Amino acid sequence: MQFGIFSVSDITRDPVTGVTPSEAERIDAEVRMAVKAEEVGLDVFAIGEHHNPPFFSSSPTTLLAHIAALTKRLVVTTSTTLITTNDPVRIAEEYAMLQHLSKGRMDLMLGRGNTAPVYPWFGQDIRQGLPLALEHYNLLHRLWREDVVDWEGNFRTPLQGFTSTPRPLDDVPPFVWHGSIRTPEIAEQAAYYGDGFFANHIFWPKEHTQRMVEFYRQRFEHYGHGTAKQAIVGLGGQTYIAKNSQDAKREFRPYFDEAPVYGNGPTMEQFTEMTPLTVGSPQEVIDKTLGFRDYVGDYQRQLFLVDHAGLPIEKVLDQIELLGSEVVPVLRKEFASLRDAEVPDAPTHASLVTAKYGDAEPRQPRPNANRGDNVTGGSPYQDTDAVADASQSGAPFGGDTFGEDD
Amino acid sequence: MTESEGSRTFRVAVVNAGISDPSSTKLLGDRIAQAVREIAVRRGHVVEITTIDLRDVLPELAGALASGLLGPRFTAAVNALHEADGVIASTPVYKAGPSGLFSSFFQVLDNDLLIAKPVALAATAGTARHALVVDEQMRSLFAYLRAMSVPTSVFASTEDWQDKALGSRVDRAAFELLLLMESGFEREVRGSSWRKYQHEYGSAGGNELTIDLDSDLMRLATGGSLKPKNSVIEGIDES
Repeated sequence: MQFGIFSVSDITRDPVTGVTPSEAERIDAEVRMAVKAEEVGLDVFAIGEHHNPPFFSSSPTTLLAHIAALTKRLVVTTSTTLITTNDPVRIAEEYAMLQHLSKGRMDLMLGRGNTAPVYPWFGQDIRQGLPLALEHYNLLHRLWREDVVDWEGNFRTPLQGFTSTPRPLDDVPPFVWHGSIRTPEIAEQAAYYGDGFFANHIFWPKEHTQRMVEFYRQRFEHYGHGTAKQAIVGLGGQTYIAKNSQDAKREFRPYFDEAPVYGNGPTMEQFTEMTPLTVGSPQEVIDKTLGFRDYVGDYQRQLFLVDHAGLPIEKVLDQIELLGSEVVPVLRKEFASLRDAEVPDAPTHASLVTAKYGDAEPRQPRPNANRGDNVTGGSPYQDTDAVADASQSGAPFGGDTFGEDD
Repeated sequence: MTESEGSRTFRVAVVNAGISDPSSTKLLGDRIAQAVREIAVRRGHVVEITTIDLRDVLPELAGALASGLLGPRFTAAVNALHEADGVIASTPVYKAGPSGLFSSFFQVLDNDLLIAKPVALAATAGTARHALVVDEQMRSLFAYLRAMSVPTSVFASTEDWQDKALGSRVDRAAFELLLLMESGFEREVRGSSWRKYQHEYGSAGGNELTIDLDSDLMRLATGGSLKPKNSVIEGIDES
């Protein structure tokens, strides 16, 4: 099971010191968090995407590529990439590049975005949010799997003979998690493609998460990707951890009370009771997190939100330290001992390469010379025709091709 | 009388937004409920009455408005409304409108919770100048919620309490509410055409969990396409 942290990239005034960090400070802090996450043995770092203040993360692939360069083992991902307002062609290109640069230590999570004014900045309309998300992903899925794509839909210009470059690393597309709170269509799409399903799991009662995950699992099995319990599920969660429970509550309360997402609503105690939020000792976080399994079954990825609401970087680094030293080691052991033997790990680039090629050499596409555009037809890569033939005939992929384009 | 289906038990929920105790708003709601019971008994039925005093949900209201999270008292109220065969909604009028507590309560609930549910509307006020609040404001709120409001509105200003006409309006509204419950209107709508109403997953108090796998969006989710822009949005392009 993978454990990690995720950030929404908010820049919020610290209610205790009254100081609002600058964008520069917050961006630096985020990088320190990611590096720290690897140091203490966490597996995943995820960053959201926003295009409006007070958020800083408008360019997740740039940030994640930098973090990947500073780390050795950490998987970098998003929470979430906006499949609605981003052109799927740009997503295909940017994340394929990130995949190459990180040597496969990446995946991505897709979401819709819920801020109406942002959509028109990118030429879109939030009222079409759901069909946009579904159609864009159908295209993205093909762009990473077919060298040459002809496509026509409702929300972007048609593509003719288009090749998205670079091709994915080892010709194995990045693994995709579809994030949704209560939209069955998104769970259905994840199930249809055999992709992962991520339930944000924060701010909402657990019953919503439980029902949606169950639906995704049933549909995953329906589409023949494995049994329901083998489906790939991720969960979010929020914590504030201190050595003892009282300190955690005392330290976090001013942040909770003034947080844009919590403030002046339910009390911290009500919120911890009604949602997955845990404010307490490492043992309390362990107990509550283990309880998630009771209602979603064995799952593959747990991400914690630890850096929002104006928490200073020092406190955030303490959180990551406690997660790595006291919480996650116990969770790893406990989840592993409880886990059904049939349940697979979350896919990684290595496992996907093995699944596709076995012991054979992965494909490394080499472009044909003097092409220069996407519309003159023919095969963009020296082995494109062979790969297309092989996938059409259902034959296993063979790397024995060559030659010039004729 | 009616085509009797024999003795039946009807559950009636009284939503009371009066905040004093005793309160004329509560009194009015209870009086309608009592009238429903008396008429029902004469027709061979049993009525179980649950009262939802909105004052009790006040501590949870701020949280519910801010975050959409319903506390235990709110959840109990939602369950009572979900299970009710008929609802009596009674509010004081403040500043020419239903009380903020009353409006906020219904604004927090799922849109789907009261679909086709028979509802009798009642309000109290200190002056007769508020008399149209029930018809102009409450009725439109419940129309938005797609509830089935009874034709007779019950409004009681200070002077109405000494007027026999109030009693006859109470009886008329109660009778109309009972007839709607007897008719099985809500049951028929929910049983036969529930799917034709727009729903959100997990709505109707958490009870709306059906998923239509045969919709355009579901086909789009599974690699299909919507029709090109210039054609009708319904239907799917099979090519």
